[in-house]
Amino acid sequence: MSFVEVDAVSKAFHKRSLFSKTQSVQALSGVSLSIQQGETYALVGESGSGKSTLARIVVGVDYASSGQVSIAGHQISTRMPKENRRDIQMVFQSPYASLNPRWRVRDLVAEPLRAFGITEGRKGTVKRVTELLEQVGLQGDDAQKFPHQFSGGQRQRISIARALSSNPKFIVCDEPTSALDVSVQAQVLNLLKDLQSDLGLTYLFITHDLAVVKTMAHQIGVLKQGELIEEQAADALFAAPQHEYTKALLAAAPVLSTA
Amino acid sequence: MIARWLDSDFMYSLLRTPTALISMIVCILLAACALFAPWLAPTNPFDMAAINLMNGFTPPGAANEFTGDEFFLGTDDQGRDLYSAILYGLRVSLFVGLASVALAMFLGVTLGLLAGYLGGWVDAVIMRIADIQMTFPSILVAMLIYGVARGILPPNARADMAITVLILSIGLSEWVSFARTVRGTTIVEKQKEYVTASRLIGLSHLNIMARHILPNVINPILVIGTITLALAIIAEATLSFLGVGAPPTEPSLGTLIRVGQDFLFSGQWWIIFFPAATLLFLALSFNLLGDWLRDFYNPRLS
Amino acid sequence: MSLLEIEDLSVEFTSRRGVLRALDKVSLTLEPGEFLGMVGESGAGKSMTGNAILGLIDHPGKISGGDIRLHGESIIKNPERIRGSHISMIFQDPLSSLNPLKTIGAQLIETIELHTPRRGAAAKERAGELMSQIGVDADRLSAYPHQFSGGMRQRVVIALAMASEPEIIIADEPTTALDVSVQAQVLDLLRDVCRAHGTAVILITHDMGVIGHWTDRVGVLYAGRLIEIGSTNDIIRSPRHPYTQGLIASTPTMDASVNTTLYQIPGNMPPLTAIPAGCAFNPRCSIAEDRCREVVPQLINDVACHLRSEA
Repeated sequence: MSFVEVDAVSKAFHKRSLFSKTQSVQALSGVSLSIQQGETYALVGESGSGKSTLARIVVGVDYASSGQVSIAGHQISTRMPKENRRDIQMVFQSPYASLNPRWRVRDLVAEPLRAFGITEGRKGTVKRVTELLEQVGLQGDDAQKFPHQFSGGQRQRISIARALSSNPKFIVCDEPTSALDVSVQAQVLNLLKDLQSDLGLTYLFITHDLAVVKTMAHQIGVLKQGELIEEQAADALFAAPQHEYTKALLAAAPVLSTA
Repeated sequence: MIARWLDSDFMYSLLRTPTALISMIVCILLAACALFAPWLAPTNPFDMAAINLMNGFTPPGAANEFTGDEFFLGTDDQGRDLYSAILYGLRVSLFVGLASVALAMFLGVTLGLLAGYLGGWVDAVIMRIADIQMTFPSILVAMLIYGVARGILPPNARADMAITVLILSIGLSEWVSFARTVRGTTIVEKQKEYVTASRLIGLSHLNIMARHILPNVINPILVIGTITLALAIIAEATLSFLGVGAPPTEPSLGTLIRVGQDFLFSGQWWIIFFPAATLLFLALSFNLLGDWLRDFYNPRLS
Repeated sequence: MSLLEIEDLSVEFTSRRGVLRALDKVSLTLEPGEFLGMVGESGAGKSMTGNAILGLIDHPGKISGGDIRLHGESIIKNPERIRGSHISMIFQDPLSSLNPLKTIGAQLIETIELHTPRRGAAAKERAGELMSQIGVDADRLSAYPHQFSGGMRQRVVIALAMASEPEIIIADEPTTALDVSVQAQVLDLLRDVCRAHGTAVILITHDMGVIGHWTDRVGVLYAGRLIEIGSTNDIIRSPRHPYTQGLIASTPTMDASVNTTLYQIPGNMPPLTAIPAGCAFNPRCSIAEDRCREVVPQLINDVACHLRSEA
């Protein structure tokens, strides 16, 4: 059994109305994938493909209509025991909406520490927060500032520090650099790569940017309108895409070639 | 820390907006008058022993023809010093206003948070109650609650409980605007990714509502609170004017206006004029302050 | 004489924190039928340039210096004359560019009648022509914006921009919100319009990939200054300014793999309130010398760098 197993997950959204028939939208249809520990699985899809829905199900914030997900042997559900949640974390797309603007950085990063009782007392927490901030390339005294005092790239680093604080094994990265400028994107992607090799992290990396996929992924899955239409090792997919849709995506992507 | 607050955007904008600055000063001044009424008032207008009926109907500034006493703003029909009465009346008006806004705020924010965060039938029920209540003018709602309370309470408790009932009736009639706004903001904040981040580490809904969403809802509440305070003060004055509010033993500005109304057309204009003017300044200042706060917090205008 | 000349254009914002220079003496030219890209990171001033050309800078910002000339005539004082007629603009969000209460046909005809001599039936015919030029069936003229997908809407917006037969179309991040496959269609359309009608296009974007595939020439903005400009091929294959080099190097390419570390430029772009003295890039530059910290480099030989300006 792989470290992360997604088994035939389907999800339908129902729009119930008092006066008309209930309308259903099938967001995911029988998606199955597995991720080996220490690897990055890139999920590529355009808008409407269901990738964000899958991300929410995988981290246990939303429930699947059918199918199941297990991570490190634990079943994932919206009601799973809190200790099992320690292994899972998420980094989000928007640097603005992913940090509560009213909270200081210190409290934002320490929230998982406090929730799981990882550190004892205020001093221990402050020390750990400083360590985490330095690990992502920020400084200890950034802890008492507010999110709006930081740039987009720095905010993503704060999000990563928060994600690391519970010592997770698996992190879902939902388009973490889509909202960032290119040079900042490079910094954040390098940081994620370093953390993966230093801490042995496993990533589910969701993106629509094929160039980013090329530099991040070991394994790639292509999601189209809720269905996983192709799955291959990264080099293989770029060299010989099988599905028409994948071929079209690769053709349309304006990846820079400096040759 | 004070220096940092003084240097903040809030003070910067306040000091540069004349209407807001003047309103703020008037509010503080009137609040101080109310707070220090016992020390500022030359007499205690509700001490029966100190009132001389012969002093009744003295015009402002002039000496009384019988006793020779001078009163800054004149006296009412019973010989009470109007200046003192207004200071004490301000007390009641402001106290009732603040207490009823506090009640409305507590109720409205709680219900708004629950409705917005939980959605579903909780949202539907709370909003339908709100909608139904909004179809009645708030004064009528207040009078309804007052009437019900009077029916329930034993007769001798009525006088003592008058202020409490007043606060309850105004507070319960004003919660809807808080609830609606808080619900709207809650629905927006709920979608944001920081809420998902807290959910995925297993925090409870209650925890998220109180510690994450509530702080983000404060700004609009401040605006509504200030404007509702003006409304509550006027509501209290109206109820007291109609005779269903503050009793004559503990009169508010509204009660004083009612008393003065009887004598308006017989020439003793000051008995109604000064309490009414005070009420006007009080309500207007809070209103203008609330307007400025709303513009200050509006992200599109900065 | 070029079609469009921007000379020493400066835009300032007065705020509580002082005066911010959003654009600092930017100069460039645009020839007829040219597809020019303006690239830069957030806050570099690329949208500001587009807005300045059309006179869309509002209080508390203003054009504080320089000139913008169309066919040799200055357009700074009365931009309304050229807005929408000689120069059109396309924005990032097609949904807010279109009136949700009017049909596409009505909006097209309105623009046609406003900026060309055509009226009534002739206008309607022209609207149909435009629709076929953007690759949409003419019978969809009676549809409303919400009935189109994002990519189609943006194409309709391009049709609207073309309706007045402008000499220049400014496109401000037109495809940032669109999917990759749709982006390709929209940009192909823009390029076809450019070639077929000789309309010059200024494409504002932060995506070097887009620049590489669609533009003829590109100007690079940093902290409100134009620091390099040249043909797209030259800029991408042999960039001269250290920032441009860093930008290209940190863009992921097809040669990258899981094992490669992307090049990253140290530091961050300075906020407009704290632009360093001398060359704005100097704190992050690996070859910075003393004069880079003291003297602002001018644009010489299309590069604004003390050390790289020699031909």
